[in-house]
Amino acid sequence: MTLHAVTVLGHDRPGIIAETTDRLADLGLNLEDSTMTLLRGHFAMVLVCAGDADAAAIEQALTPLGADGSLTVTVREVPQEEPAPGMGTPWVLSVHGGDRPGIVSGVVAEVARVGGNITDLSTRLAGELYLLVAEFDLPSSADPGALDAAIRAVATSMGVGATLRAAEADEL
Amino acid sequence: MSDIRVSAWGETELGAVGRVLEVMRAPAAVLSRPADDVDPTDPGTLQLAADLVATMRVSPGCVGLAAPQVSVGRRVFCVDVAAHPRTRTSHGTFVLCNAEVVASTRREKAREGCLSVPDLTGEVKRATRLVVRGQLPGTGEEVVVTTDAFEARALQHEIDHCAGLLFLDRVADAHAIHARKTYLA
Repeated sequence: MTLHAVTVLGHDRPGIIAETTDRLADLGLNLEDSTMTLLRGHFAMVLVCAGDADAAAIEQALTPLGADGSLTVTVREVPQEEPAPGMGTPWVLSVHGGDRPGIVSGVVAEVARVGGNITDLSTRLAGELYLLVAEFDLPSSADPGALDAAIRAVATSMGVGATLRAAEADEL
Repeated sequence: MSDIRVSAWGETELGAVGRVLEVMRAPAAVLSRPADDVDPTDPGTLQLAADLVATMRVSPGCVGLAAPQVSVGRRVFCVDVAAHPRTRTSHGTFVLCNAEVVASTRREKAREGCLSVPDLTGEVKRATRLVVRGQLPGTGEEVVVTTDAFEARALQHEIDHCAGLLFLDRVADAHAIHARKTYLA
């Protein structure tokens, strides 16, 4: 049993996911984690599947997807990764303002500086508005108040606003 | 008593003819700055209240509008969710000055949009049971509004505007932002 990471990127059209997953199922592969979105209108999907087929067989099965040149497919074997042990506390960061280069790098550098590990990130450009939303785990050694101040300082210097708050989970 | 008073309130009390103002869009700086307290009896506040109601009325699908959205950094907003299908309690059209949340419970996640962020929607957790305190423009009398469901969401959204916060600042997680699929003409 091996794991393979498959990426599919290119021109969006109906049926890409259906076709991809059908071909993987034909190989007896089990679809594990996956994510798909549209990035500036481009179809973008990454999935990890488990099974006995090797990378060459998967690539061959998916070749028809990219045959017309509109989609790029890559297949790569990846090792088993143990989920990181729960470290620290989860936080959500929102940054928005006028678009300019360096917003993401400037803000996430502050998260990295205190050992924060980003676990999910999404950015959107809508007209002049640039938006970043990131989730990250903050180690117990980090001071959230100090990080908030540092992020706000960087954001202000770039003319954007930033809001940091604890990720909420309702216990039911 | 307050809820009855708010429900009975109408913009005719303002004694001013509302003007339709331009609605600002993010990243306009005025949307990200905390607004200032207002004197609810000041004639300028009454005109602003009338302008907010007039602008809300001509904006398709709009159920609330805060002063920062029309470039005025004052803690004033209007709300009217009466026609919305997810409304349970509704106080009709009303304007509040210097409003603040007194109590909030039963938070639920729902997708919301904003005239000032026309291209995106986002999932935001907000209280569905809410008590808000504020002042009515004109008399300046303090009122306490007890509400729920969609009106509660609208009030929190507008109070956030007055604090310089957009729904973008409260989205539930990194994948809780979506490109808007439909626009109200």
